[in-house]
Amino acid sequence: MNYSKPEFKEKYDNYINGKFMAPLGGQYFDNTSPIDNSFIAKYPRSQKEDIELALDAANAAKQGWENTSAADRAAMLNKVADIIEENLEAFALIETCDNGKPIRETLNADIPLAIDHWRYFAACIRSEEGGATELDQHTLSMNIKEPLGVVGQIIPWNFPLLMLSWKLPPALVTGNCVVLKPAEQTPASASFLMEKIADVFPPGVVNIVHGFGPEAGKPLASSPKVDKVAFTGETTTGQLIMQYASKNLNPVTMELGGKSPNIFFNSVMDADDAYLDKAVEGAVLFAFNKGEVCTCPSRILVQEDIYDAFMERVVARTEAIIQGNPYDVNTMVGAQASNDQYEKIQSYFKIGKDEGAKVLAGGEANKLEGNLANGFYIKPTIFEGHNKMRVFQEEIFGPVVCVTKFKDEAEALEIANDTMYGLGAGVWTRDAHQLYQIPRAIKAGRVWVNCYHAYPAHAPFGGYKKSGFGRENHVMMLNYYRQTKNMLISYDKNKLGFF
Amino acid sequence: MERVAITEAATEILEQLKTKHGELIFHQSGGCCDGSAPMLFEKDEMYLDESDILLGTLHDVNFYMNQDQFEYWKHTHLTVDITKGRGASFSLEIPLGLRFLIHSRLLTDQENEILNTKNN
Repeated sequence: MNYSKPEFKEKYDNYINGKFMAPLGGQYFDNTSPIDNSFIAKYPRSQKEDIELALDAANAAKQGWENTSAADRAAMLNKVADIIEENLEAFALIETCDNGKPIRETLNADIPLAIDHWRYFAACIRSEEGGATELDQHTLSMNIKEPLGVVGQIIPWNFPLLMLSWKLPPALVTGNCVVLKPAEQTPASASFLMEKIADVFPPGVVNIVHGFGPEAGKPLASSPKVDKVAFTGETTTGQLIMQYASKNLNPVTMELGGKSPNIFFNSVMDADDAYLDKAVEGAVLFAFNKGEVCTCPSRILVQEDIYDAFMERVVARTEAIIQGNPYDVNTMVGAQASNDQYEKIQSYFKIGKDEGAKVLAGGEANKLEGNLANGFYIKPTIFEGHNKMRVFQEEIFGPVVCVTKFKDEAEALEIANDTMYGLGAGVWTRDAHQLYQIPRAIKAGRVWVNCYHAYPAHAPFGGYKKSGFGRENHVMMLNYYRQTKNMLISYDKNKLGFF
Repeated sequence: MERVAITEAATEILEQLKTKHGELIFHQSGGCCDGSAPMLFEKDEMYLDESDILLGTLHDVNFYMNQDQFEYWKHTHLTVDITKGRGASFSLEIPLGLRFLIHSRLLTDQENEILNTKNN
């Protein structure tokens, strides 16, 4: 079954204090689809005053929301999950249209995962307990978790609804009010969501403000009216947001990308079986979501004695990728999210070739026909080279992987850890010792072992080194949005005796 | 001899933004989403120290990169260009529907000798 471009209204507004509101300055920007560069709709080009309005609404709502029971808050999250599920196909189509990712990914990954995150955090809050410790016969220490207050969230454009669903549920369910700015490249699913869930939360609890980074993102990140900022993006903006937070002495969490190694030890080829087939697919997962993933396995490290035989299979599997119309259910790789990404990837093709990297597959843009000729398609690309090359060190954020070989475990680890980043890694082996020891020695927050690109809500995700800090997903996420109130209670009727 | 240059089209936008915002700097970003691209900020927007390497000055606009990143980039020459696009960072050209980007080439042997033995 194939799909086509969904219908949109001509323009959408911000969602502030429970109402859809035009930006105060009256300005909108045109959002386009990277599939064919066609117009989608107009979205608010908000300014500082719109952010202020949203922050005031959130601050006004926070006392009431904190006092709302965990059962009620969880019920609202479950309601959101149900609404997204009832509209799964519509959300998938909007996401494909706005971001350029193939419909089979949005139908089977983005939207189902987003739904599960809402449900997971609803379950977490209902099943957790606080702590009470009797320190001595007369003294009780009680830890009560309290929300931070108002959280500012700035999300990226590579998984628009999923990133929203990573960030909103844990903040809301712990009793915080949120002002969220979607990425300006992909505002569509956030607006569609607010239209569907407008009646779920009390006014002011969730506020969505669209706009450009320097005009709306910066006022949100730097405002003294927020108690925390959560950001996913790149290092320079991450550094700026931390700088703003330091003025307000606010906590932040940062997810800033990576250059993740995907390591294949020689035992992978001990048999020609289902596992080897899975490992080959694991290497080709660099092309998932056209490589626009923070954890894109963008460096393949293969043990030298299996290098030729393994890479022959990886190249063949890469060349078999179907790239084309993202609305076609058979399409595996769609369009890059924007023209500047498309141009940036091509500039990396040039420097990669200049540095002497050998092109094993792709290496150029993919000029498609008809309307798609206006879209931003890049052929899945494999470069062969060494780890000091810039294409091995920088996040290209395209369907581009760089492959190199290693002799032994020590060299595999040396190459894997020779990077500024430490977000994800993959380890593929049939050796029971390597299964545990290699992941332990890799400096990264998530190591997939004999798998890759799985993102269950129940497993913590986040970076080492310049990939950031703080974690997302998992019950531990709740505490990134809370303070601990310690109550130290004395049941002793007798004085200390000091005074 | 410079590590970094700028195209005419990018210069035009840079001058336009200088008129609007005053003194500016470039800072090369790394990481995901809009990373691996130069960001343009007002001069005092970003806290800079000795870990930020000054690669060159483009029409009175200093171009910086963090030391860690510079170690992997220092054998290449960079040219700032401009393209249609929509970034999600705080870079000042974004509201214009444009994005700065970097084209790179390897330094020649002579450039490499002068730039990377003298300065480091």
